[in-house]
Amino acid sequence: MARKIARAPLDYLNMPAMKAWLAGVFIFLYTPLLILILFSFNDSKANVVWKGFTLKWYVKAFENTQLREALFNSLLIAGVCTVISIVLGALMAFAFWRFKFPFKGPLESGMNLPIVVPEICFGVAVLMFFAKIGFPNDLPYPFNLTQIILAHVTFAFPFVAIVVRARLESFNPELEAAALDLGASRYQAFRDVIVPHMKPGLIAGGLLAFTLSLDDFVITFFASGPGTITFPVKVYSMVRFSVTPEVNAASTIIILITVLATVLALRAQSATTKES
Amino acid sequence: MQDWREDKTFFRATIALPVIWFMIFFVAPMAMVWAYSVGENVGPVEVAITGTFSNYAKAFSPEVLKVMWNSVWLALATTVICLVVAFPVALAMTFADEKQKTWLLLLIMLPFWTNLLIRTYALIAVMRTSGVINSGLEGLHNLLGVFGMQMGVFEPLPLLYNKFAVVVGLVYVHLPFMVLPLYAALDRLDKSLIEASLDLGAGHLETIRRVIVPLAAPGIAAGLVITFIPALGAYLTPDLLGGPDDLMIASLIERQFKRANDWPFGAALSFILMYITLIFFAIRAFMERKGGKVGAH
Repeated sequence: MARKIARAPLDYLNMPAMKAWLAGVFIFLYTPLLILILFSFNDSKANVVWKGFTLKWYVKAFENTQLREALFNSLLIAGVCTVISIVLGALMAFAFWRFKFPFKGPLESGMNLPIVVPEICFGVAVLMFFAKIGFPNDLPYPFNLTQIILAHVTFAFPFVAIVVRARLESFNPELEAAALDLGASRYQAFRDVIVPHMKPGLIAGGLLAFTLSLDDFVITFFASGPGTITFPVKVYSMVRFSVTPEVNAASTIIILITVLATVLALRAQSATTKES
Repeated sequence: MQDWREDKTFFRATIALPVIWFMIFFVAPMAMVWAYSVGENVGPVEVAITGTFSNYAKAFSPEVLKVMWNSVWLALATTVICLVVAFPVALAMTFADEKQKTWLLLLIMLPFWTNLLIRTYALIAVMRTSGVINSGLEGLHNLLGVFGMQMGVFEPLPLLYNKFAVVVGLVYVHLPFMVLPLYAALDRLDKSLIEASLDLGAGHLETIRRVIVPLAAPGIAAGLVITFIPALGAYLTPDLLGGPDDLMIASLIERQFKRANDWPFGAALSFILMYITLIFFAIRAFMERKGGKVGAH
């Protein structure tokens, strides 16, 4: 009873039942991932019983040329997609933040559609589009990744725009007015005053675009021409056949990259909210 | 905010690229799919846009309706389970202190950022016949046998390749979709109303039912839509975790394009999914506007 009084009435986090519930949820969310990582170090192919520590699956994953190529392709696609998405997303965020113009509302809802449209619908549309316009399927590497990059940018840049737009809300327009008063041109003011203010948003949005691109399977599956393999597509074909520690090792590497990108993105974003 | 006419060149310079990109790589492909959805196969690779509704009509044949019903049912079950699981989490997050909030948010979001395929694969490794759960149960079973209990032969639980696996997988993947809007809604609530309810003698459950839920209704609606739509269109999870009878719409669409080669029918199915998505988001937008007006009074 004494403990119950010590807890504030709205301090739900300290309710024993609530703690148990949260623990349950996090066990559900994390156990599969932790087991996946754990067994990437397991010295047994069976993936069930712990037989001792080894790094041989990592060596094997790196010796698997196809897997390595797929991983590199995915990182390359994600990198290029990030750069283009940042530019497009920043421009979109700025234009919608700054200007009033006819059909603004509908256009904005429309441009956010790629975020809400089911992946399968967009994937199919991309497949059809590239087939119908006769997009060359046999470009030399790395240009055969173009279709995938174009598709990824299309769904990634509206996300960047949302993040950057949120950042712009905290911009003090007087700063820009001051720059203009002091003789800067519109473009100089944009480049030297507004873009630096956007920066944390650009970083956070860019990392978001990076993880979205790295994560995507369905759209890549439809957009890729024959012979182009990305990491998720490769893992998909491996998983269909069997569960092997090699896939665990490769997955662990991707998880590491994602966690790193997420932590960096959150840092950039928390810098955003602290200043505003 | 500035009128675009005051600075036309600057306006055009900033908006042109994103809009052009959106038109070419989103609107044009989607328009093509829509055109195909009212077209007919006239040759092995040729399709004539005839304005027919036969592809949509085909979607109402019993076999296809069964898949649709399956998808809706699985997505609904997923959404309801997500709501039940996520609500306490969002509530706890709302009343946690700043530091705990950040950590809880990070813990919820981290799996969300992790590759979908990897997460699905992780679930397979846990749930398959010789996976961690079944091996654990078998160990327990054998242990009880050692202590002289009559246990019979161990039967591994059929955890994978059925509807149960699909729902578990969909909940696993979509839980953050539910937590975030719920948290956003609960966080905005006027906490003194909850305190008042508790002060006036209502219990916690009654406060949740009669104060928190009605006030957070727009957020709950948002969570339901944001979870239901991607769950309905999910491709990977039912494909990898479900059995042959657990097809969902997305797999059916994929088949029309990659195997059956009936693009018009696939396009129609894809647009049925699009229409459902748009209707749900329109309803949500409408409710949000209504909710906003009520709040303003």
